[in-house]
Amino acid sequence: MHAITAAAVATKPSATVYAASGCTAMLSNAVKRHGAVTALDGVDLDLHPGELLALLGPNGAGKTTAVSLLLGLQWPDAGAARLFGLDPRCLEARRRIGVMLQEAALQSTLRVGELIRLTASYYPRPRDLDDVARLAGVEDLLRRRQGKLSGGEKRRVQFALAICGNPEILFLDEPTVGLDLDARTAMWKTLRKLVAGGCSVVLTTHYLEEAEALADRVMVLAHGRIVAAGTVDDIRAHVARRRIRCTCNLAPEALRAWPEVDRVEGQGGHLEIATPRPEAVLRRLLAADPGLRELEVRRAGLAEAFVEITREEKGAA
Amino acid sequence: MQTAIAMPRSRVLRAYLLESRYEFLRLLRTPSFALPTILFPSMFYLLFGVVLSGSARGFDAARYMLATYSVFGVMAPGLFGFGVVVAMEREQGLLTLKRALPMPPGAYLVAKMAMAMLFAALITLLLMAMGFVLGHVRMPLDNWLALLAVDTLGVLPFCAIGLLIGTLVGGQGAPAVVNLVYLPMSFLSGLWLPLRLLPETLQQTAPLWPSTHLGQIALSVTGLGHGGRIAWHAAVLAGFTVVFFLFARRRLAWSG
Repeated sequence: MHAITAAAVATKPSATVYAASGCTAMLSNAVKRHGAVTALDGVDLDLHPGELLALLGPNGAGKTTAVSLLLGLQWPDAGAARLFGLDPRCLEARRRIGVMLQEAALQSTLRVGELIRLTASYYPRPRDLDDVARLAGVEDLLRRRQGKLSGGEKRRVQFALAICGNPEILFLDEPTVGLDLDARTAMWKTLRKLVAGGCSVVLTTHYLEEAEALADRVMVLAHGRIVAAGTVDDIRAHVARRRIRCTCNLAPEALRAWPEVDRVEGQGGHLEIATPRPEAVLRRLLAADPGLRELEVRRAGLAEAFVEITREEKGAA
Repeated sequence: MQTAIAMPRSRVLRAYLLESRYEFLRLLRTPSFALPTILFPSMFYLLFGVVLSGSARGFDAARYMLATYSVFGVMAPGLFGFGVVVAMEREQGLLTLKRALPMPPGAYLVAKMAMAMLFAALITLLLMAMGFVLGHVRMPLDNWLALLAVDTLGVLPFCAIGLLIGTLVGGQGAPAVVNLVYLPMSFLSGLWLPLRLLPETLQQTAPLWPSTHLGQIALSVTGLGHGGRIAWHAAVLAGFTVVFFLFARRRLAWSG
């Protein structure tokens, strides 16, 4: 339905010009206060060409503030924000970025094609309208008025505006909220192709599977600070615990007494055991209950790691 | 790192033109804004300028009222076009998106100013036609053209005032606030009734309102001026425009 052609992506002219090193976007020790609230408290961020960086964190963690600093919508009270080495408020820097904000109602009386043409006119070398429409899956919408579209269709139009300028960095704030499964998969596919073509992406999202599916690197923010950063695997490894699930005849209280067990939950024989040393626990478990069934050992997913990290952070605060 | 691709001047110009063109299309597709803005002052002029005073005080009254009601008319696209529309677009996040996008810095305001001037010209032409046909206003062509020019440019200070209102209040409250400024100011600056018919206190405070100065210029160029020179009134209006625009710019934290 939202077909994406390789040809449309291959027109990106700048992909080959990137140097292997150097940051396209950067926050260095950025501090931003809103009155008494410190929204960002000394955040370092660097984005490399052709990298997709996912910013994760609960509401109010500072994700949107971090993006606002990089877009020049706000400026840091201390530290610095840079796009291509320039102040983000500088027009020349912003001509190389594409933006999709979470809450922006576009002009409802304009047609989708007109909105794309207008936004593309801000850029020195925009994509063809046809390419944009194909990449964003809005071919069928070009003649429709923005105000008459469904929520998911509006999101796709906003994505079209973000990519129409052929940007080197894309800033996407919760891009797939309100999209159906088809449209979300299509957008992921487009993002992967753009990144493969050398485009950098900063993505904020609440969908952890989105970060898991797309991100080269993840930064977890909480209370305006970076509490974890690295690849998806790094973040998962941050939580050393494994989860053991099984059905057995042992009492949870007895298991809680084992030194290598952190936590035991469940009842009626279905147990979930959290432990940093799954091998040792398994040996004891199997020895203690020969009738143990439905054994499952899992590493923490990004979702669990995320909950864990932010919980630790809360505990420390 | 790749260096920036230069933006040719022709593309910057194109961005300004597209922004203005689509602003025009938007208004055209919103008749609920366009029609009342154009018809409201015409209706007022018809009732007070033509029907009520036309026969009673003769030739001069219809001409006098053409000047003052056209000023009353052109205040609206400036105040409403900026006050209400900017308030709504700010609230809906469109303004934030535009600031994040590499839109040429002036394009947003220039497009809206161009539309306000277009509306001002339309309103003035409509009133002139009514004045000529129904009110039997006769004056040299120069005066007609001068009044059209004054009204078309005269919308700009009200754009600046509207812009400031739009940055201060939300979309829901903006129409009420604009009316609260628009209607009393029109009355207090002698646009509905000649200043000399107002109480003396109001006559003395009249120079505080920008509409008084635009009204005086409009009267002067239609050959009915008295009190103050055009240059002085124009300077005051320019001052109002700059001050309100600077305040608004600060409120918007408008950045290059």
